[in-house]
Amino acid sequence: MAEIKLSHLKHSYFPAPQGPQDYALKEIDVTWRDGGAYALLGPSGCGKSTLLNIISGLLTPSEGKILFDGTDVTTEEPAARNIAQVFQFPVIYDTMTVRQNLAFPLKNRGVAEAKVAARVAEIAEMLDVTDMLDKRAAGLSPDNKQKISMGRGLVRDDVNVVMFDEPLTVIDPHLKWKLRSKLKELHQRVKATMIYVTHDQTEALTFADEVVVMQEGVVVQTGTPVDLFERPQHVFVGHFIGSPGMNVLPCEARGDRAIFEGHEVALEGPLAGQGGDTRLGIRPEYISLAASGVPATVTKVADVGRHFVVDAVVGQTHLKAITENTAPDTGASVHLNFRRDQTRIYRDGWIATEPRLEAAE
Amino acid sequence: MRTENQKAWFLVLPVLALVAFNALVPMMTVVNYSVQETFGNNQFFWQGLDWFEQILRSERFQAALGRQFLFTAIILAIEVPLGIIIALSMPRKGFWVPVCLVLMALPMLIPWNVVGAMWNIFALPRIGMLGYFLNEVVGIDYDMTQNPLAAWITVVVMDVWHWTSLVVLLCYAGLVSIPGAYYQAAKIDGASAWSVFRYIQLPKMKTVLTIAILLRFMDSFNIYTEPFVLTGGGPGNSTTLLSIDLVKIALGQFDLGPAAAMSLIYFAITLLVSWVFYVVMTKDDPR
Amino acid sequence: MKKRALIPILYILFLMLPIYWLVSMSFKTTNEILSGFSLFPQTFTLEAYRVILTDPTWYCGYINSILYVSINTVLSIAVALPAAYAFSRYRFLGDKQLFFWLLTNRMAPAAVFALPFFQLYSSIELFDTHLAVALAHTLFNVPLAVWILEGFMRGIPKELDETAYVDGYSFPRFFTQIFLPNIKAGVGVAAFFCFMFSWVEMLLAKTLTAVEAKPIAAVMTRTASSAGYELGLLAAAGTLTIIPGAIVIWFVRNYIARGFALGRV
Repeated sequence: MAEIKLSHLKHSYFPAPQGPQDYALKEIDVTWRDGGAYALLGPSGCGKSTLLNIISGLLTPSEGKILFDGTDVTTEEPAARNIAQVFQFPVIYDTMTVRQNLAFPLKNRGVAEAKVAARVAEIAEMLDVTDMLDKRAAGLSPDNKQKISMGRGLVRDDVNVVMFDEPLTVIDPHLKWKLRSKLKELHQRVKATMIYVTHDQTEALTFADEVVVMQEGVVVQTGTPVDLFERPQHVFVGHFIGSPGMNVLPCEARGDRAIFEGHEVALEGPLAGQGGDTRLGIRPEYISLAASGVPATVTKVADVGRHFVVDAVVGQTHLKAITENTAPDTGASVHLNFRRDQTRIYRDGWIATEPRLEAAE
Repeated sequence: MRTENQKAWFLVLPVLALVAFNALVPMMTVVNYSVQETFGNNQFFWQGLDWFEQILRSERFQAALGRQFLFTAIILAIEVPLGIIIALSMPRKGFWVPVCLVLMALPMLIPWNVVGAMWNIFALPRIGMLGYFLNEVVGIDYDMTQNPLAAWITVVVMDVWHWTSLVVLLCYAGLVSIPGAYYQAAKIDGASAWSVFRYIQLPKMKTVLTIAILLRFMDSFNIYTEPFVLTGGGPGNSTTLLSIDLVKIALGQFDLGPAAAMSLIYFAITLLVSWVFYVVMTKDDPR
Repeated sequence: MKKRALIPILYILFLMLPIYWLVSMSFKTTNEILSGFSLFPQTFTLEAYRVILTDPTWYCGYINSILYVSINTVLSIAVALPAAYAFSRYRFLGDKQLFFWLLTNRMAPAAVFALPFFQLYSSIELFDTHLAVALAHTLFNVPLAVWILEGFMRGIPKELDETAYVDGYSFPRFFTQIFLPNIKAGVGVAAFFCFMFSWVEMLLAKTLTAVEAKPIAAVMTRTASSAGYELGLLAAAGTLTIIPGAIVIWFVRNYIARGFALGRV
């Protein structure tokens, strides 16, 4: 188990990259604490698989270093890095039994028979596969196969990091949550550093203590699930996390106020810097119906179970709000209240307001 | 899932008619001959199973059968491992892949008697490349028209030259269908190159390998034209394989009865061995 | 990586040697061939090719081969297509047995069929015609074509058929306009293998022909023995028989490996 540090990491699949557009990873600087559970979240093609392959040693980065507990492993072979990886599709050795599959990584490293047997039994028990140890691995169901490939990663007790590359892709929906909670439980038991790569926010937010959100080869925010939700650093995070995503509205910024469709809206704090393309960002959860405020017309109401998603139009701009319990009728004229401490300005995509340090409100 | 539909028979009908015409009519002729005796004047006499007994007991048949099995065993023992090794060392992608494939497939596209004639010329002692090289440069006394061992080796080398590519192509097809994640997982698990072959590549090649071995078995067991043109079955009878002997009896001596009985025995052996092999190779499959 | 590349290179070298020998010999004069070993033609001559391309017994053999091979390929694919579709889409009485029986014909030694074929095709007065050879070769090509096509067709989801029927396509229209374009590669591969096995097979082709439909490769051995040992001529004819195969394989180079890999065992 180790602390993982990625220092000034860049990677391009072209031998001679011309500009930033040729880089799959633009400049990555992250440190992952020993024993933490991390998720790498982003849409397809954002560079998360590239990053994973660099950590596991299947790819050598164009620039930068990877440090495990301070030791530079950038040029080490995957086997020498002592890591484990679980792939999108279960990778199992068809001709072996489940037991042989689990023992394989240990046997390859010359671990003593007795120790191998003990470890295999322990891991099998953890994964609930003890009863199928002597079955041929080829005949198992996809979720069990995926468990076996996880097991092959966990069976070595000295792994630096266990990486999961969208491991639930081929698992039936009703088994996904089971496997997910199993994973969480495993992390608590083995205390290994784990990195979970996914494009599914639910998977990322439920698994990880800290989520790294990536877009187009750049880390846009690192934080706890609550941070990502409460205070997105970039409009992309606001969009990508949450359902529906954050409202990003055209506005004109003035000090600690914003003018939106001719209405004044209070911001969480003063605006830093000047110029650029400014946008007003607020999550639908923090827009409520009120007696007074920004006047709007309701265009659609959707009952999504626990709450209602209200589509409304203010002037020319469409936005979404979430209401509990009651919902207005379609076509109704309403007033909207923007919760102040959740109303922010984003400049060229990045957050530009600072929260006011005050006791009031 | 496939649906039950008896009308599908109509779709199969053309194939059925064509193959039945080609297979059943001749087969009936063969069966008919095999139980009769004729003296060439369209008079037939019931002979029962005498021909079968006679063939099975004849030393000539047993010797040909023995040579046939030996030949097939040797070429399988060479071509299958060699084909696997070559397939494993071929590039997986890039410009050289089609070039390799096309060059390798070339020998299979040459008419079989041309293959025989080509190797015949190639092996001519004084003027053929191989014969010249062995006699004049290496200094071995090599002449396949005189020496049975030389003839055997030439026939085997010719078959390896002719057909190893089939094994290569099939194994290669199996290899390129293995997803990259398997190799990555094996790397991470610290597997040796041998383990990768034993636990990933070989299992994934099993289906195509079964096909390759079956095809090579059937075709080598039925081989006629190439060795016939190359050696004519000689020197003596040393390279007279089953098919060569059969054609000698049937068309050379016009002994229709024994030839027919021999055909049936021959066919039965091919079917039996193929079936046994197929069952053995697929018995481990799940389902 | 470099060391590993040596194996295929050596193997290809081994494959090319006899072919090179044949080709180089076809450009030599008879005197040079008989006078001893020479790696390259000393006096380069196209005489052998001139003889082959001007003498009708030679070039007709060439045309004959191409004719019966083409007839066989078209015929085999035409009957195999509907059958392969039936095997890949439907279950019906005796389907497995039928499929296996078809494959057993691939196992039958050609020598077994030589004499009965001769009698059969003589009795229906097809002896020494292109059609006879083409028909005889369907014995092993049709099972192979069905096998390969079935593999490709199983890769096409059944939803394609259903969508087409819902859209009001009749079976023949669906088959020719929608289904066939989807299995183009499979048809190509199957046609390639039919071409190949018909082109290289000699025992039946020789047995079923005398003069009119004699294949080039058979002309070659006969002429060679009757006119003494004219090795240059023999080599040139042999070289010419390699060319059609080489052309055909270039077109399907990306699919040949897949052809068999998709078949079911």
